[in-house]
Amino acid sequence: MFLLKDVKYKDILYIKDLEIPRKKITSIVGESGSGKSTLLKLLNKLISCDTGDVFYNNQPLSEIDSVELRRNVVLLPQSPSIFSGSIKDNLLIGLKFSEKPLASDKKLVEVLKLVKLNKELSEYANNLSGGEKQRLAIGRVLLLEPEVLLLDEPSSALDEDTENMIIMALVNYTREKNKTLIMITHSKNVAYQFSDRIIEIKKGTVIN
Amino acid sequence: MNGVIDLQLWQMAAAYLFIVILLFIVRARGISREREILVSTIRMTIQLILTGYILVFLFENINPLYTISVIAIMEAFAIYNIFTRTKVKLSRPLKNIIAFSMLFGTLSSLMFFLLVVINISPWYDPRYYIPIAGMLIGNSMTGISLGVNRLVDGMISQRHLVESALMLGATPKMAAKDYVNNAFDAAILPTVNSMVGMGIVFLPGMMTGQILSGISPITAIEYQIAIMLGIVGSVALTVILFVQLGYKTFFNEHSQLIISD
Repeated sequence: MFLLKDVKYKDILYIKDLEIPRKKITSIVGESGSGKSTLLKLLNKLISCDTGDVFYNNQPLSEIDSVELRRNVVLLPQSPSIFSGSIKDNLLIGLKFSEKPLASDKKLVEVLKLVKLNKELSEYANNLSGGEKQRLAIGRVLLLEPEVLLLDEPSSALDEDTENMIIMALVNYTREKNKTLIMITHSKNVAYQFSDRIIEIKKGTVIN
Repeated sequence: MNGVIDLQLWQMAAAYLFIVILLFIVRARGISREREILVSTIRMTIQLILTGYILVFLFENINPLYTISVIAIMEAFAIYNIFTRTKVKLSRPLKNIIAFSMLFGTLSSLMFFLLVVINISPWYDPRYYIPIAGMLIGNSMTGISLGVNRLVDGMISQRHLVESALMLGATPKMAAKDYVNNAFDAAILPTVNSMVGMGIVFLPGMMTGQILSGISPITAIEYQIAIMLGIVGSVALTVILFVQLGYKTFFNEHSQLIISD
């Protein structure tokens, strides 16, 4: 699905050759500052590499319209932004941005259940705790049903029990819907337990 | 209607008494603004005297080249003033868009106003051209300054939200929409608000000037209404051009945000 050839981005990332498979769960592990988040941003074309090529479905990213790509390959950053308004507004905003049909309240409630967020749709989103905001943001990207989900430490603000529940839900969702999941995780346990493939990055290069 | 009272030198001097009183007050209260007040008063006096002589020359020597030169100087000064009055650092492409918006917005409004609304002849008559251009360019300059500050500030301070919108599949236009609308609102609001108080809270400068020079208040009001509508049009056109083109300078051709941390 993704293929990276001789990719260099500033002094942060150098990848000689890397393939990320389609419809699998891939975890990216490595120390902080090793270039993991930069790699996800390259895949989402939020940044472009200085040299080399990134291919998506055998097509160089430079030839793919960025907005179209981001509607298929959605990135959830480590500290996702919450927009002003209610939980419902925040869930729907992704669909509005990607110009997809808006979901019914019933579907929104189902997504909240999936991310273990027991809140009313009308509640003000900025009043949620850090962990709740992170789950809301996960729900927001799940609603988009993208081909590829890029998650940057999706459970960093969660306690261990909630983390396992959320990762489980994401894994189940990915397998049921036949999607591709690429996630950065600080937990090697999570990586070994749930991934089909693990990529280890150290000082900007893939070592394993 | 009585003729205009010609101010004698002693009458002009008497008007400076207001400044003397102001200087006395700030000194008595220990506010260190005497230098600024003096410099501003002297600058205002010299600038207006020079302008008076220049206008007399222009009105007596009607020539399209002179009129165009004056407008060019006004535009250049207004654009430079926007660059220096903006609190944030402006990129080169954004400066180009400010200059383009000012030139296109004010000149097209000015041409429409003078040639269609007032219908002046010859088309370069400086008696109409220069004061009306001054009002349109001055108000547009103030409007666009407010819009620039709000747009740049919004895009920089909320860049994480703009980037989040891009990650969710938004086009740059969608991602910047709130900040573009806020900037337009901030820029246009003072002009819209000034229309509300006009005639009740204050009499606008142009109208006051015309009334003092002996013109019927009805004629003065007709002109004031027309010029006010012209100002609103010029400010709106200038600012909408700026915000619609300006937000694009924050993104590159790959729809990536190019504001650095």
